[in-house]
Parts: sequence; structure tokens; C-alpha cells
Amino acid sequence: MRFMILVKATPETEAGIMPTASAFAAMEEYNEALIDAGVLLHCEGLMASSQGTRLRFDGERITVTEGPFTQTRELLCGFWLIDVKSHEEALAWCRRIPFDNGEEIELRQVFETADFAVNAVA
Amino acid sequence: MTSQSDTHRAITAVWKLEQPRLIAGLTRMVRDISLAEELAQDALVIALKTWPDSGVPKNPGAWLTQTAKRRAIDYFRHKKMAATKLVEVGHGIETDIPDQIETLHDAMDDDVGDDLLRLIFTSCHPILPAESRVALTLRLLGGLTTEEIARAFLAAEPTIGQRIVRAKKTIAEANIPFEVPRGPERAERLASVLGVLYLIFNEGYSATAGDDWMRPQLCEEATRLGRVLARLAPDEPEVHALVALMEIQSSRLGARTDAKGHPILLQDQDRAHWDQLLIRRGLAALARAEELGGANGPYALQAAIAACHARARHAQDTDWPRIVALYATLAQVTPSPVIELNRAVAISMAEGPAAALVLIDTIKDDPALKNYHLLYGVRGDMLSKLGRHTEAMLEFRRAAQLTHNEREKTYLLNRAEAG
Repeated sequence: MRFMILVKATPETEAGIMPTASAFAAMEEYNEALIDAGVLLHCEGLMASSQGTRLRFDGERITVTEGPFTQTRELLCGFWLIDVKSHEEALAWCRRIPFDNGEEIELRQVFETADFAVNAVA
Repeated sequence: MTSQSDTHRAITAVWKLEQPRLIAGLTRMVRDISLAEELAQDALVIALKTWPDSGVPKNPGAWLTQTAKRRAIDYFRHKKMAATKLVEVGHGIETDIPDQIETLHDAMDDDVGDDLLRLIFTSCHPILPAESRVALTLRLLGGLTTEEIARAFLAAEPTIGQRIVRAKKTIAEANIPFEVPRGPERAERLASVLGVLYLIFNEGYSATAGDDWMRPQLCEEATRLGRVLARLAPDEPEVHALVALMEIQSSRLGARTDAKGHPILLQDQDRAHWDQLLIRRGLAALARAEELGGANGPYALQAAIAACHARARHAQDTDWPRIVALYATLAQVTPSPVIELNRAVAISMAEGPAAALVLIDTIKDDPALKNYHLLYGVRGDMLSKLGRHTEAMLEFRRAAQLTHNEREKTYLLNRAEAG
């Protein structure tokens, strides 16, 4: 089963401040461990919301707003997509993320095509 | 608030993650897979006692390894004491146990990746029957329980348990060295490892029933082990090729059956349901295999054929001439009448039924295909397209007699009616 680990933005990521060399190395090491275990499908870091655009759909009307956006905690700055055997395993991987300064992540399970098939029948 | 069972589940999950590396390192230390498994299990028991209070350590792998290592040293001390007593009683038994304890202290600090590779090569050793290689690999490397393996193979749990016990005994009795083979032996042994992974994959992939969640999990497990292997043996083109083949085939898992679980043929699948991420990963792995000079390996050729389908946005966009060429090379590398039959189908798509029939007629008397219903089904299809309806009817009837699948039988008999 697949999970997406969503990483919440921080004032630093929103300010476009790059991680320190040691934080960067720790993250590299973590990603290597995910690859070694055969569980990493994809991961990316996102640019600050100042580079982003929001679109809101109301009937015929589409409202476009350019970043930056406020309420930093609701913004994202990156994600991992992993393929693991269980929710517990996904959590175990999350606990190993080398964060230690108030960062926040959110773990979400990904729909598989089979889930849609079941819904279609029901 | 977390309940105790939640904590235990979390600890077991961590242990499962570490288990293959733990067993691999321990096996090199104690030279005995069964003992290594017991020691790893001991480490879990200790973790379940300690971690709920102390919390999960920062580096759980190292913690578990250290703990299991101490257990191993205790084990050998006891054995040594027992042996010494025997010597005192005058049995005069020679023992190398003191040396073993010396080496234990350094043994586990070496490269863990190498140990994992050694464990894969050992569990896929050709001395074992294929079904035992599969069971042992899923148990040791995949971390599946005996019960899970039994469910996946629709077998009884004691049967699988026996199979695993016997496999470990065979390895111990034959004194199989715990090593990655070198020289000419390496290629042969690697072929066995790849064969085991693909067998596991196909066991899950060919199960169209889909009522048991363990079967699709076999595909995931084989693919995951393939990715692990690609990291451990990055210079082997066929490893990347097998990963490519499995990723691309997995990309179609969601499109292969309808809502009732009935199989959907490749040409009729809704390609929007193909997993584009897995396709991209597969194409990248195939490119890696080709960069390493492995374009003509058996798995690379099969992956390249799968890639032709994966690249075609619609069935009619399929590059059939390229598939024909790939099958021709594959037939040279691993000659087989079944591959020739597949090539014939590709030829019919590229050039038409007449050219395909010429090839089919060169293999139709091959004894290996005597009871192969697809031969008659495909031949009937070609004859039907050429307007030779009486001959087609006979072939469809013959195919219907040979198939064990009821749905397929009905389909073939309907085609026989239609001619």
C-alpha cells in the first residue's frame, strides 16, 4: 500500500532559506535508507508559496490568486511517496525522518485503483 | 493515549523493517540461519519489554543488532561451558568455540549490505527446490510469516512451515558458504535469484481471482525485493531489467480485471488506469539495464516488450514491428516454442494473419506444445481471419478441450460456433 508523507511549510521554507549542510546530509541519508529498503517511489521538495498560484472553482468562475500565501502551517514544502506493507510500517518510517525543530508532517494513505473498483460496485 | 497493543504493533513494525538485515548480519556471525532467526526473535522479545518504557531508540537497527549480538555471545558461552564440562569428564571433544566468540565482537561491524546480498544468494541457492527458494526468500528477506506465505500460495500452513525448516536444514547440512559467489558461478547463481523473484511476482500476477489480498501483495513484495537487489548489485544489468519488467507489469494491475474480477485483455484495457509513475520507474530501470550493456538479456528483452505496450497511449499506437524484432531476439537468446507463438501473435498485428500462420505452422508439431491450448486458439484465430472457417472451428474446439478454465472454454466454443 502507498502512503504520501506531506511536509508542512515553516517560516524558513517560506522565506526560501535552504537547509543547512548537515540537515541536507541527514535528509540524503534518510532518502538513501528508503531506497535501500525498496520503499521509496518518489520524493520532491517544493518551492516557497511565493512561487505558487491558487485557483478556486465556483461554477463557471475561476478565481486565480498569486502567492505568497499566509497561514504557513497549512502550506506544504515537500512530499515522499512510499510503498510499504502496513500503516505501522509507514509510521515507523515517518518517525525516522531527521526533523527536530518543530517541523510537522502528515501521513496519508493513497487510493489504489482497487479501492475505486470496490466503490464502483457498491 | 496509546494502548499497550498499539505500542507492541509499532515495535513489531520496526523489528520487521530491520529483520532481514538483522538476520543477515547474525547469519554471518553464527553461520546458522535458524539460530540467527532465533536470536533476532530474542531481540524482538527484549525490545517489547524495554521500548514501551524507554521509547524506541534513535537507531533501532543498531540497538537490535547489539542486543542480538549479546544474546549470541551468551549462547556460545553456554555452549563452551557445556563443551568444557564434557572435556573434563574425559570425552576429549575438541572445540573451536573460543575463537568464535573472539570473532563475534567484530563480525557485525562489517558492511550490512553485503550480508543482505549473501542472504539473498543463500536463500535462492540452486541446491533447494524452486518452491523452497520462494518460501525461504519470502520468509527471510520479505519478512512474511509462514501463515502469510501459506495464504499467498493457497497452501496449508504446516506445508510451508515444513518446507522452510527443510530448506534451512539442507543449507546447513550441505555446508553452503555464506557468501556472494564470484566468477562464472556468480552469473548462474544470480539467474537463480532473479528466477525466484520473478516466480514470486508471477504467482501474484497470474492470480486473476483476486479474492485474497495476499496474492497481489506478492507482486509488491517481489518488486520491492527487486529494488533492494538493484541497490545491492547496481552493476548487474539483468537485475535492473527484472525490476523494469516488474514495475511495468505492476503498472497494469489496476486495469487488468473488471469490477467482477474478470480478466481484461491488454488491448481492451483502459490505459488511463495504468499507473504512470510505475511506468516511468520501469522505463528508467530499463534504460539503466541498457546503459550497462544488457539490452539483449532475457529480462531486458521482456521488459522492452512490456515497455512498447506501456508507451502506447492507445492500443492501436503499439509499435508491433519493434515487438516482433524483440521477440525474434528473445527467441535466439532463450529458444522456446512459446516465445515463437508470442512472436507469431506480434507478427499478425504487424503484418497480418498470413505471415503469422507461416510461423505457427513451423512450431505446431513441437511436442512441447502438444497440450498447449493457446497454440490452437491462436492458430484458430489466424485461420478465422483468413476466412478458413472450417479449419478454424476445429482448432477452437481443440483449444476448448485443452483449457481448464471454464470461462475460456465458453469463449473458445463460441468462437468455434462462429467459425
